[in-house]
This record gives sequence, structure tokens and C-alpha cells, in this order.
Amino acid sequence: MPDWLTLLSFGPDGWGDQIARGTLVTVGLAVATLPFGLALGFLAALAKNSSEPSLRRAASIYTTVFRGLPELLTLFLIYFGVQILLQKVLALFGGGYVEINSFFAGMIALGVVFSAYASEVFLSAFRGISAGQYEGAEALGLSRLQTMRLVILPQLIRLALPGLSNLWLVLLKDTALVSVIGIEDVLRQAGVAARVTKEAFLFFGVACLIYLVFSIISSIGIARIERWANKGATR
Amino acid sequence: MALASLIRPVTPPNRPWTAARVLGHVLMAVWIFSGLATAYYLVNASGMDFLGRYGEKLINGFAVTIQLVVLSVLLGAALSIPIAFARMSTNRIIGGLAYAYVYFFRGTPLIAQAFLFYYGAGNFNQELKAIGAWWIFRDAFTCAVFVFALNTAAYQAEILRGAIQNVPKGQLEGAQALGLPRRAIFWRVVLPQAFIIALRPYGNEIILMIKGSAIASIITVYDLMGETRRAFSRSFDFQAYIWAALLYLIMVEALSRVWSRLERRLTRHLERPTQAAARTADDEGAAAGRPDATPD
Repeated sequence: MPDWLTLLSFGPDGWGDQIARGTLVTVGLAVATLPFGLALGFLAALAKNSSEPSLRRAASIYTTVFRGLPELLTLFLIYFGVQILLQKVLALFGGGYVEINSFFAGMIALGVVFSAYASEVFLSAFRGISAGQYEGAEALGLSRLQTMRLVILPQLIRLALPGLSNLWLVLLKDTALVSVIGIEDVLRQAGVAARVTKEAFLFFGVACLIYLVFSIISSIGIARIERWANKGATR
Repeated sequence: MALASLIRPVTPPNRPWTAARVLGHVLMAVWIFSGLATAYYLVNASGMDFLGRYGEKLINGFAVTIQLVVLSVLLGAALSIPIAFARMSTNRIIGGLAYAYVYFFRGTPLIAQAFLFYYGAGNFNQELKAIGAWWIFRDAFTCAVFVFALNTAAYQAEILRGAIQNVPKGQLEGAQALGLPRRAIFWRVVLPQAFIIALRPYGNEIILMIKGSAIASIITVYDLMGETRRAFSRSFDFQAYIWAALLYLIMVEALSRVWSRLERRLTRHLERPTQAAARTADDEGAAAGRPDATPD
């Protein structure tokens, strides 16, 4: 009789529901991080593309630091660092104990790392847009914000999409790190199941397969978005 | 003086304080302040005390991290060569197997792979003992090297394959027209050029491996991250993480500097003086003359 099917089944004998719940947490974390990371990365790219040297330098320090640190270390730095900082601030106001939400800490850490890489992608996309586009927009009398929104952004998305899709796949995999700070994502649930049942290979194998399935689904989705973004492109 | 102003236009003395400039200065001030605050935090009395107690351990961890990275990158490089050729094979079974290997190791998180092999190996300990491979999985360090090497081999195989396939076709045709034997074409014409194409991605892959090696600490290897975690759990002193961050940043920055120097050295025959001058002029233009896209 196949025990592994029982182990993976839903209900009291199996670990199916725990793993499904973990999968939802993993996906939720990745989806919640994405807009935050994209926005931050876009701002950093604007700063790096600026004509103001101090702004460029400040942004490049940011990306050098967060691209150079291991993701795991960034996670710990933010998880423990913010907690200690908050504690110190609270102590000034007469004490109290806070515990920062680990989901939130994971989201910040992953978002910061994502944004550091995304800013490079956006920057090279900016460089792929010729000065004539800005000049044309100016000749039409568009304001700077309108130029950005109507002329630059649509082209930027198309140019940045391949790089960003890559980063999305990296982000999806990086979410696995948050299991270390206690978030009950798919890897942590698999770990609990592995410890209880002593079937580590089975459960971690299933976790790996789940990540694979998500990367396949993502690739299909990305191909669709790319087709949509390239609709207006002539080439 | 006159020559200098020809090359680089002198900046006008009074630049206006635009919003972008104010923001840039504020952000730089924040960075400088946090840098100084961190430095003060690390070198004051309690910082020195921490270093005295855990400094040597962190250095040992640093050495373990370097061993881990060097071993896995080298083993991975050796393993990547057959995988890359299998990927390019016209045999569908061989090509498919190599594709599956690469897809698995690139599509799943390194930490999940580490768990799968380190904890999962226990389920096969009889079989592994029978083939004499148990020693790899029994020890956390060798197991980490094993997993990292398999992982980086998948990435390196793709780098190698991409580079070989991106050597301009004319090079191959030229070599064939000269009547070179296939073996010579590959070793003397294609591979040297492929290595130059692959240089930058290889550097990035080593950096990714340095960063990824921190995961070994989760499967109980006392690398830099592992020693840091141990020091933190004993002292509850946040400095542990700051020191680790500095050491990792130094490692990564040093490698990327060395690598870009290596790249410049190895591609110096490709630089044409006129082209190089044109490129720097273009870079200057890109940095200074580009319309400012920062919304004020």
C-alpha cells in the first residue's frame, strides 16, 4: 500500500492541508512583496538615472549594499534589527515589548532585495529609450509627469519585462528563506511534516515540486504578459 | 587647464538647489550618518569586547565560507561541462535529461535543495552506505558542498551553453573554410571566445554562490553566517550581524573588483582605441546630458 499517498492526503492522517496552507503563505508573500519591490526599485532607478550626482551616488550605495548582502543575512538584519530599534525607541517612551510580525519583516527584506536588482533592470530600460522620445514629448508640450506616464512608462515596461520576469522567479524562490524566521510557508510546513513522520525526502521533494509548478505557471503567465506588452512594438 | 576643460566641461559654480539635489544631499547625509553610527557602534567599548570574544570565531567562519564557495564553484564547473554538452546534444533523451536537471536546480530554492539532500538522505542511508556515498551526506559541510556544486553546475552549464552558442557564426565558418579539423575548431576558435562571453556571467554566478552559501548555516555548517548566528544566540548582541554584513560586503565587492579588472585584461585585444574613446564619451553623455526623469 502506498503510504506516501496517505501521508500527502488531506485530512487527519495526511499533511495535505498543512502543505496547501503553506503554499498559500508562500504565494501570498511573493505577491505582497512584488508591488512594494517594484515601486522601490523604480524610485531607485529614477534616482540613478537622475542628472544630480548626489542622488545617483545615494542610490548606488543602496543597490551595492543590498545586492552584496546574502538574502538570508538581509532577512535577519531586518527581522532582528528593526525589532531592536523599535525596542530602543519604545524604551525612550517608558518601555514596553514589541514583536515585529515576521511576515511583514520577510516582506520588507525580500522587497528591498528585489528593488535593488529591479533598479538595475529599470535603469537599463531607461537607457534603452532614446532622447528623441523625451524631446518629442517636450515638443508636444507634455509636462514631465505626462511624459513619464504616457511616453516613457509604456516603453519602459516592454524593455524591463524580461529582466523583471527573471526577478519574479528569483523572488518566488527567495520566499523559501522566510521559513527560517518562523513563517509557516510551504518549506516550513514540509519541515514539520518531515520531522514528525521521518519522511524528509518525500516532504522536501514535494516542496521542491511545488516551487517547480509555480515557476512553470509563472513562465506561462510571463509569456502572456510579454505578448501583451509587445503588441504595440514594431520590429 | 585648457585641455581639461575641453575634455570635461567645467561645471558652473552656482548650481541651483533643485528638489532632486536637495533629496540627493539628504539621502547622502542619511547614508553618511548611518555609516558613522555603525562605525561608532562597532568600535566603542562593548564592540571591542564583542570582537575579543567572538572575533576569532567569525574569522574561522569566514574561512569556512571561502572554502565552501571555492570547492562548490570548482566542482560545479567540472560538472557543468558534461551537462552543457548534454544540453546541446541532438539526442533527445540525453538533451531531455540535462534539461530536466537544469530546470530542477534552477527552478527550486537552494535552501529547499539543501533540506532535500541533507535531511532526505537519511531515508536512504542503507542504500547510500551500500554504495559508499554516506560520508558525503553524514557531514554537513560535505553535504553543503555537494548540494551547492550540483546547484551551481546547473547555472554554469547554462552560462557555458549560452556562451558557446553565442560565438558569432562567421568564426565557425571561417575556421571551416580554413579546413581546420573539428576538434581544433572547438578548442582553438570557439572555446576561447566563449570564455570571454561567459566571463561576466561566471563572475555573477560566483557572487551568487558567495551569497547563497549563507544557507549552509541552516543545515548546521559553521560558516560565516553560522558563526554569526551562534554568536548572536549566545550574546544577543546585534553587532554579530553587522560584522557579518561587513565581511560579506567586502567579499562580494573584492570579487567584483577583481573580476572587472580580469575582464578588462582578458578583453584588451578587443578594445580599439577609437571605439574606447567613443564609448567613454557616450557614457559621459549618458550620465550628464540625459533628460532628467526624476519627478520633482
